[in-house]
This record gives sequence, C-alpha cells and structure tokens, in this order.
Amino acid sequence: MNLKLKVWRQRGSGDRGRLVEYEAKNISPDVSFLEMLDIVNEELTRKNVEPVAFDHDCREGICGTCSLMVNGIAHGPRRATTACQLHLRHFKDGDTITIEPWHAKAFPVIKDLVVDRSAFDRIVQAGGFISVNTGGVPEANTIPVPKRTADRAMDAAACIGCGACVASCKNASAMLFVAAKVSHLALLPQGQAEKKERVQKMVAQMDKEGFGACTNQYECEAVCPKEISVSFIAKMNREYLKSSI
Amino acid sequence: MCFERLKSTVGRKAVMAVSGLILLLFVAGHMIGNLQVFLGQEALNSYADHLQSLPVLLWPVRLFLLLVLLLHMAVSISLAWENKTARPVPYAYQDTVQAGYVSRTMVVSGVVIFTFIVYHLLHFTFGTTHPQYFHLTDSKGRHDVYSMVILSFRDLWVSGSYVAAMAVLCAHLSHGIQSLFQSLGFNNEKSRPFFEKLAIAASIMIFIGNSFIPFAVLMGFLKLPSGVI
Repeated sequence: MNLKLKVWRQRGSGDRGRLVEYEAKNISPDVSFLEMLDIVNEELTRKNVEPVAFDHDCREGICGTCSLMVNGIAHGPRRATTACQLHLRHFKDGDTITIEPWHAKAFPVIKDLVVDRSAFDRIVQAGGFISVNTGGVPEANTIPVPKRTADRAMDAAACIGCGACVASCKNASAMLFVAAKVSHLALLPQGQAEKKERVQKMVAQMDKEGFGACTNQYECEAVCPKEISVSFIAKMNREYLKSSI
Repeated sequence: MCFERLKSTVGRKAVMAVSGLILLLFVAGHMIGNLQVFLGQEALNSYADHLQSLPVLLWPVRLFLLLVLLLHMAVSISLAWENKTARPVPYAYQDTVQAGYVSRTMVVSGVVIFTFIVYHLLHFTFGTTHPQYFHLTDSKGRHDVYSMVILSFRDLWVSGSYVAAMAVLCAHLSHGIQSLFQSLGFNNEKSRPFFEKLAIAASIMIFIGNSFIPFAVLMGFLKLPSGVI
C-alpha cells in the first residue's frame, strides 16, 4: 500500500519544528507502524536525508517507549494498542497520516518524534516506591492480599509509563500516570506505611514538572494502551484529600 | 487542611468541586423558590417578602454566595491558565476519542453564565434594566414580584435570553456535576456511569424548571392579577 506521511521534524529543543511530507510506497499491510517508519528511514538514508528519529524498544507493546501521535490520537486509532503494535492493515491505501511527537511542556522534544519523559521518572523518584530494609526476601504468602485487591493493584500497575495520557489530554495532565502509580502501592499492604507521604510528594512533583490539571474528560483512559481506569484518578484525589486533612 | 495543599492541582480541583456544589445547591433552591410563581401572586410575593424581611440572614448569605462564586471563577482561571501553558506547542492534527464539546468549553459556558448572573441581578434584584416593573406593589403593600416577573417575561427577547442562558447553564452543570464526584474522589468504576446519568438528569431538570417560567408567561399560562396594568 502507498501512504502519504506528514512527519514532525525538529532538530532539537531550540528548533521550532514543522511537518514534512514523505511518501511511503509499496508497504505491506502486515508491517507495524514502526516497521513502516523503518522502511521510510532506509529510503531517506539512501537519498542522503537525515532519517526520522523516533523512540522504540521492545516493539511488543510492553515497554512504553514508543510514543507517536498518529492523526491526533496517541498511539493511533486502535484501542488498547501501542504504536508498535499498530499494523498498517488498520489504514487504507492512499491515506494521509500525520505523525507528531507527544506535545507537552513537561515532555520537551529531543529530536523529531523523540521526547524527554524523565519528568515521569522524577515523579516516581518523589514517592513511587516502598522503602524496605534489605535482607532476605520474605515469603510471598506471609502477607495475605485479597484477590480483588491484588487484581486492582495489578490493573494500576499495568501502567507502562508511555505518556499517552499526557499526550492526549488537552491540558497535558499527568494525573492518570500519577494516579496509577499512587494507587497500585496504596492498595497493597506494603504500600501503607508511606501512603500519605507518597501521594503528597508525587502530586507536588507532578505540579512542579508543569503538567496541567485534570478536567475530567477521560481522553487519557480512551487512549491508554493498558486501559488504566480513570477511577484511579478519583482514588488519587481521595488519597490526596484524606492525607491533607 | 493546610493552604499549601489546596494550592496543588488536586487541591484546586477540590475547591472547584466544593464551590461548584454550593452554587449548584443555590441554583436548585433558587429554582424551587421561584417555581412558587405557579402557586399565584400571594405565594410568590409572601415568599419574597419573607426573604427580604430577614436582612441579618439575607446579606451574609448573599455575601457568602458572592465569595464562593468569585472563588470558583478565580480558581478556574488559574487552572485554565496553567492547563493552557502545559502545552505550548499545539498539535497540527487535532482529534479526540471521546472528549465532548461541553467538557472542553467549560470556561466559555462559565463566562456566559457569569454575564447572565450580572444581567439577572440588574433585572430582578436591582431593577436597573426594567425600572417600570420594579416599583409595583400588591394589595398588601408588598413588592409585587409576581407581576414584575410576568411583565418582564412578556418580552420575547428577555424570555429568550433567559432560556438561552439556562441552556448554557444546563450544559455547564452536565459536566460540572459529574466532575465534582471525580474531583472529590467519590468515583469508582461502578459509580461513574450513575453519576454521569445523575448529572445529566439534574441539569435537564434545572433547565426545564427554570425555563418553564418564561415559557408559561409567553404561552399565557401565567396571567397578571386584576388591577395591574
């Protein structure tokens, strides 16, 4: 199939950035979106044009590295799918596809489609962990966790930190990410000791990084490749307000 | 609760929710009070007279509501500004999966509602816009609110602007009411669809209840008492 691509090209954080048009010709509908970019890049290299920089790692939908805004939707049109798991059979021959990086003040563009998501790391460093004295690993079943609680904690922990929630939010808010990280620890017994401190510190860091606030439109949930529920945002709000009283 | 914590994004969302809830309760109470117009001149005028006869209570409540309104507006402006600056470079291709028009235009609907409140106060509280209807008195010598309402709403422009403002308020509340449960942390997977339906039902009720008054006047269901020109 043949596609027309409009790709965001930006030399660095100081550059303004613009959309540049490329043709993707004779592409198999079975290739993934990233493989299509690989093919385009090979063609660009042959023509002595700087290839398009984009983030990728596992290409299995589990690492959260790929980060493409495809026609205005984070990770493209498929629900619960990362850009690397998006295949061209979901597009039509002759389609024009606009590819942009995540745009947010807290995620500065490094080059082309690659953004710096270390703001997420700093939020986790602020409190997204449990402090334990190292030693022998305790027997897993000594602390009983009800199945439903364990499942909910796992639902939150499924977050791969890709940043699609920030990218899709009209306010570039990181609340779904922070809520997932706050919730999975707040649900488990090991997370109780630092529960109050954690939510306070993580929210403070989130604000400091320059993310916006939630306006409850749940666009984040709709694009999240791991389908993290916005109910966790309500849980984070609850944890935050309870810990502030 | 420490002030610093209220200043965070989560804290300010909670302030929006609580102040919005107070304003919503006022809107609901105000509507129920006004619907007494259907009970006739005596009922509405005595209700209005009761409210006016308690200045010790009336003025603190008015002042409180004004402060809540100003707080709701000030916090929304600060959040909206930060939300706007959180994405300095807009997307060239903009699309959404599910965010509706209403939820994305809360600031616009809020400004319209504020403009309406100013007009509404000038109209019925200060009597600036229609002074000719403001000084009527009924047979007991009380301020004749009943006749003032009917005479005002006989003007199609006045009625139309009230109904239009109520439609905007309805849209604002349909997102606002469901948001307050989320922002205060009362939501989970099961309650969210319920609160969403509740928000829509409540805002439609407020629209119908309030709009029914000018509608009834225009249709001639509400008539002037004898003796008023």
